[in-house]
Amino acid sequence: MNMPDSILEEKTGVVEGQPPWRRFASDFCESRLAVAGLTIFVLIALSAIFAPWITPQDPYDLMQIDILDGRLPPGSVSGEMTYLLGTDDQGRDMLSGIFYGLRTSLSVGAASTLIALFLGGSVGLIAAYFGGRVDTIIMRVADLQLSFPAILIALILVSILGQGVDKIIIALVGVQWAYYARTIRGTALVERRREYIEAATCLALSHRRIVFRHLLPNCTPPLIVVGTVQVAHAIALEATLSFLGIGIPITEPSLGLLIKNGFDYMLSGDYWISFYPGIALLITIVSINLVGDQLRDVLNPRLQR
Amino acid sequence: MTGNEPTLCVENLQTYFYTKSGVIKAVDDVSFTVDKGEVLGLVGESGSGKSVTGFSILGLVDPPGRIAGGRIRFKGHSLTTLPEKEWRNLRGSRISMVFQDPMMTLNPVLRIDTQMIEAVTAHENISRQEARTRARDALGQVGIPSPDERLKAYPHQFSGGMRQRVAFSIALINKPDLIIADEPTTALDVTIQAQILHEAQKLCRDTGTALIWITHDLTVIAGLSDRVCVMYAGRIVEAGGINQVLDTPHHPYTYGLIGSVPSRNKRGAPLAQIAGMTPSLLNLPPGCAFRQRCPRASRACLTEPEIHELKDGRAVRCFHPYEEEATA
Amino acid sequence: MLAFTVRRLLQSVIVLFVMSIIVFLGIYAIGNPVDILINPEADIAEQEATIRRLGLDKPVWTQYFTFLTNVLQGDLGTSFVHNEPALLIILERLPATMELAVGAVGLAIIIGIPAGIIAGLYPDSIIGRGIMAGSILGFSLPTFWVGLMLIMLFSVMLGWLPASGRGDTVGFLGVQVSFLTWDGLTHIFLPAFNLALFKMSLVIRLARAGTREVMLQDYIKFARAKGLSNVRVIGVHVLKNILIPVVTVLGLELGSVIAFAVVTETVFAWPGIGKLLIDSIGNLDRPLVVAYLLMTVTMFIIINFVVDILYSLLDPRVRLGDMKA
Repeated sequence: MNMPDSILEEKTGVVEGQPPWRRFASDFCESRLAVAGLTIFVLIALSAIFAPWITPQDPYDLMQIDILDGRLPPGSVSGEMTYLLGTDDQGRDMLSGIFYGLRTSLSVGAASTLIALFLGGSVGLIAAYFGGRVDTIIMRVADLQLSFPAILIALILVSILGQGVDKIIIALVGVQWAYYARTIRGTALVERRREYIEAATCLALSHRRIVFRHLLPNCTPPLIVVGTVQVAHAIALEATLSFLGIGIPITEPSLGLLIKNGFDYMLSGDYWISFYPGIALLITIVSINLVGDQLRDVLNPRLQR
Repeated sequence: MTGNEPTLCVENLQTYFYTKSGVIKAVDDVSFTVDKGEVLGLVGESGSGKSVTGFSILGLVDPPGRIAGGRIRFKGHSLTTLPEKEWRNLRGSRISMVFQDPMMTLNPVLRIDTQMIEAVTAHENISRQEARTRARDALGQVGIPSPDERLKAYPHQFSGGMRQRVAFSIALINKPDLIIADEPTTALDVTIQAQILHEAQKLCRDTGTALIWITHDLTVIAGLSDRVCVMYAGRIVEAGGINQVLDTPHHPYTYGLIGSVPSRNKRGAPLAQIAGMTPSLLNLPPGCAFRQRCPRASRACLTEPEIHELKDGRAVRCFHPYEEEATA
Repeated sequence: MLAFTVRRLLQSVIVLFVMSIIVFLGIYAIGNPVDILINPEADIAEQEATIRRLGLDKPVWTQYFTFLTNVLQGDLGTSFVHNEPALLIILERLPATMELAVGAVGLAIIIGIPAGIIAGLYPDSIIGRGIMAGSILGFSLPTFWVGLMLIMLFSVMLGWLPASGRGDTVGFLGVQVSFLTWDGLTHIFLPAFNLALFKMSLVIRLARAGTREVMLQDYIKFARAKGLSNVRVIGVHVLKNILIPVVTVLGLELGSVIAFAVVTETVFAWPGIGKLLIDSIGNLDRPLVVAYLLMTVTMFIIINFVVDILYSLLDPRVRLGDMKA
């Protein structure tokens, strides 16, 4: 917009100059740890996205791997390849395997979180806005589910659904939706009583418009915080299920499966097959949690200065 | 033990809190004595350092605070040079304390008997049964009916006044030489306050226990204490016999404090008040701490006034004290 | 109090009923055990006989109601693979899991509470910060990977502790337990510690937050003013206050420890119900999976119930509230 700032200020009554996102960014950057976490996470995400172009080999292309290179320790050189983190029993380069695995882990984590966020958020919003019986039923189900640990819900869903990337995503959505529903309902119940909702109701706007255009934007901050933490949980849960052999099928790359593979060889001292994928998983989870912790502090209205 | 030695003698006590944003001089150059059987009132607004003075005597100043200077002598022995263990042995046996809020001073998850018996067994090597008898007697002494049953109760089963009686009975259980009462009646109803005041007074007369009664309320100590120290911003600004101080206050702060007490004789007249607020103790500017609120302040007040001894054991820390003027 | 108890019990039964439908139908709808359980080379008559024997030819709802009637009589079906009652198999394996879970909770308390109190008493010291950093790590580390690393370090590299199995067991109150033999103890330590890590972090956080809050209370200062030793102040006055939230949370978490045992048992080849579940899912052994899930859900409901009662016993204020209500 080309409007001079002074006019804008007069119209909206906003006097303080800093736009909210910049304030948010500067608040976020107050914690060096969080910035470090964010940087690491972005690097991990980039390397996962561009894995096919930056890895030395495609570990899931049988033409490129040689079983004779199996279980080479980190730093080994064989032919033209240098295996920085060693190879697994099939002769796959661990570094490449980890990047490909991260690709699956991150996309499964992100996809399940987004879908759960959308579903749980909508359901929670509807519960809060309409209240009454709708609210009671939805929240009873959510509370019931939350009284069981995530792993048990995941086990139930996986044993019902079976294996497959899509099924894992569904199972993770099934595990997570209740967190979002509950979070957004709590915020929405407070926001619903605010004047702007009353004003919107007086204008006879449609339910849909009030809920999605007015209520939802004001309920997003806590949702973002819960979402960040849940991505980390989803990634850990996916890796756990894959490790147990009931998650991602063995034909797909996955950190959990890499670790599971390495487990068989660990007792003979070939630690690297399990060790490095685990470190990758750990760094991913910790970096997301660092970001999440800081987001919680920044977005928490009670802490706002 | 020498007979003439006062029970407690505090000399130039300094208790400072070393916080990140600076040094807070919560108690600065405070001196007073309390004789056997005497009741000393320690008066001041919140934040004037009166409670910290009490905790300093017990050696219970929490970090980042510590006693930075001065001496505390208890029955002739210096406390400040005492090892922590021996100081602890004095706490609860020779010197005890009662706190302001009776709802908060008893541990909610422990029974009354546990909390009383441990106060005895911490200092004396006696059986639980004997300690229990002592606890029961102590409860009876402060006027709690059917003490045997009440011993088995939890704090939440008592009312506020009853809890404060329990706290007093715990303070009394080892027959201490000195009790420090930190606003013990502030949170109570006026009638219960009167009962407790009466009993406290009786106790001192009967047993010779010395008592330091910390309060912000002049009316409470008017009928109770023998002498009074008025504190402001960590310093004693005026000290003397209770009647003399109340009748002819010298320090402008004391003057204002007395003027702001509602009274029947002044009905209809606007209540006098002290303008302004208690200054922050953090990085207190030099000079008299009261000068910004003082009607009599002058350039002289930019330097710190020393405390002057006057006749009749009175003392005041002011360049421009009110002389024999009666309060309005 | 009684009305409340009855209402909660009723609620629990409904939950259990709903869960049984979800689990049973879910399992039925996906996967075909016929393909797995029956030898493809067997002739058709043999196949049909097996299908009839297992009741796989009946409609879904008939299967469910047969199942429900049987469940109410304590019959959770017969394992396709083991050819034994599913309940029996689970009950056989249950003590191992319970022992592991209790051991883990025990370790979480024994290590977590003192560590949390120390971190709460000295929040700015190196040791306090170190404990907190450890607990953050405990939250972030994936359990299964930590288990592998424990095996690598203590079994493979150092050779101090065995990597798998239960070791020697002895009969104790009618069940086989490991913790009473030295060999068993060495076997249980690593898995129990692994399973405890997450809860330990939780306990540390709760104990630290509790200690920091309680230490500021007047009653702690009053206790010190009575001349009590630090040991007594912290060991009785502080501890008893922080135990309430810790015990409540840990009680509720006992169920989740049993659920998480699935992971630890797989890593350490601990012969409990968790490993059984994973094997059964792999084998499409429906009755065993259903039986496990129902058993675990039931345990959960019972645990939640017991914790409520325990909570009211620990906190006299809650107890009084109940009496008044």
